[in-house]
Amino acid sequence: MIEVNELFVRFGGVVPIDRMTVTFPGGTCGLIGPNGAGKTTFFNVLSGFVRPLEGSVIAFGDDLLAMTDFRRARWGLRRTFQTEQAIVNLSVAENVLQVHEHTGGTRATRRQDVKDAIAFVGLDDDANNPVGTLGAGKRRLVEVARAVVGHPRVVMLDEPAAGLPDRETEQLASVIRRIPPETGALVILVDHDMSLVSGCCDTTAVLDFGRLIASGPTAEVLRNEHVIRAYLGTEEVV
Amino acid sequence: MDAAPTIAAGEEMALAAPAPAHARPSLAVTLRIVAVAVIFVFALVGIPAILDSYWLQIMMSVVIYAIVTLGLGVLIGRVGMVSLCQFVLLAIGAWVALRLEYLWSIPFPILILLAGLITSAIGVGIGLPALRLSGLYLALITLMAAGAITVLLRVAQFPNGGSGFYGNSRAGGASSRLSRPSIALKDVAYYRYCVIVAALMFLLALWHVRTKAGRAWAAIRQSRATAVSAGVNVTLYKLWAFALASFMAGVAGCLLAASSGGVNINQFPVQNSISLLAVVLMGGTFNLFGAVIAALFLRLLPALLDDWGVSPELLTILFGVGVLQVLLTAPGGLVDQVPKDLAKLGRKVAGALTPKAKRTAPTE
Repeated sequence: MIEVNELFVRFGGVVPIDRMTVTFPGGTCGLIGPNGAGKTTFFNVLSGFVRPLEGSVIAFGDDLLAMTDFRRARWGLRRTFQTEQAIVNLSVAENVLQVHEHTGGTRATRRQDVKDAIAFVGLDDDANNPVGTLGAGKRRLVEVARAVVGHPRVVMLDEPAAGLPDRETEQLASVIRRIPPETGALVILVDHDMSLVSGCCDTTAVLDFGRLIASGPTAEVLRNEHVIRAYLGTEEVV
Repeated sequence: MDAAPTIAAGEEMALAAPAPAHARPSLAVTLRIVAVAVIFVFALVGIPAILDSYWLQIMMSVVIYAIVTLGLGVLIGRVGMVSLCQFVLLAIGAWVALRLEYLWSIPFPILILLAGLITSAIGVGIGLPALRLSGLYLALITLMAAGAITVLLRVAQFPNGGSGFYGNSRAGGASSRLSRPSIALKDVAYYRYCVIVAALMFLLALWHVRTKAGRAWAAIRQSRATAVSAGVNVTLYKLWAFALASFMAGVAGCLLAASSGGVNINQFPVQNSISLLAVVLMGGTFNLFGAVIAALFLRLLPALLDDWGVSPELLTILFGVGVLQVLLTAPGGLVDQVPKDLAKLGRKVAGALTPKAKRTAPTE
């Protein structure tokens, strides 16, 4: 469980996160909202790239914001980025291995853990191929493999399906759905593809202008009139 | 650097379906190993056999500078950091080796190691404040540091057996030369000694890029955010890369101090750091052998131009054109481009020959 309390972030005159209070109970949690709602900024706060002025983030009883940025990965915080970040100069196996060896994975199980993570996303046949030679869908899967290797506790996926064709999005969705039951990690999924969110997420939180406007079971949240208004605008505007 | 990253050898992953016992390594890998072996044997045996003493001295300096270009190549190609103080660190390595030699007579291999380690510490000292910066700013700071150290070295001069901390006596002449190891007193033997030390440095670099440190560097090169969110201690690994490149410059400095003619303080102008960067970019930074090509450009080309009676001023223009060429058409450097172009040429020649054979066939 992650408890976010009164989180406040300001960049000069812009307030991307405005006293956000939300709880991610577990399983796969969706985080949606229009562009500029503060979703990526929230991930960056959790990663340690952005320092909030106020507020706290307690994950499984630990104060996440008190940890040095690179140590959070060792604690079990993993993420993917909007712009894909699988390391192009390394092979798929080396990509996954890199995360394992820098996040405190035990050496005895290293080979097996890396193999398992690659099998988890179904890239066994590409294990020794350089990431630079793979297509977009597979490169996304490499990032997911990097995020689940070892002992992840929180996996943040930032628009993992952006730009992917439907078939590859479905494949990705089936991988995402298996993360909580098979690794025990809590997944926070940010995406604009509502079918992906409703297909993967048990609960969903909605941000608008840096504030939480709704949260709860995904189906209920997506029917909420505030949410529909935030996404589609009010009738007068249309 | 007691928190040095623990690097476990032999962790290269070969995860794809465990190769059956009878499977042979791929052709490319075999070719590469053969090529490396041929180059090494040729450098060790062939070059001393065919070259006279003047050209052997040139090749000796090529080998020594290849260690410097190797360090800088790793820094630029693997980590994405540009340092312009490697040339001065080379001078520091020479200075440290000479200073220690006149203080206590130390066996040469230990002297190499000490010169490398002390230079590495000084390199890290320069790198520490500079690492908060990146790209152009890091390059600029290292260039400034190089300038400052050059001024200090000009005042101190190289130790030549004089008294005091600086160990320099004005009566001792402008050049200082380190005494060579007893097993390699003659030029040919010392040249081979340098080739072996250089080969060890290449192995050291290879070991780094193939293991934990290399993968951390690859993550850093991709982006800082990727590295941090994958648990990489970015500052530590950047410093480690800086320490490694400085270590190599220091080792090269020690070897240079014992080369024919020794070292002279006027040999290390700051602008050479820029030429060094140019040749490293031209040689190619991602393939370790780019360092050899870079060193050939840096040391052999000027000697050849001189031999042909061409003004050495032309070198700057050649390097400028060369860097432009590489940046525009071959990001992997010449080490990557030339084999590709040769293969392309081979296909073209083969393509040009086959239709002719077909044309002649019906007339028979």
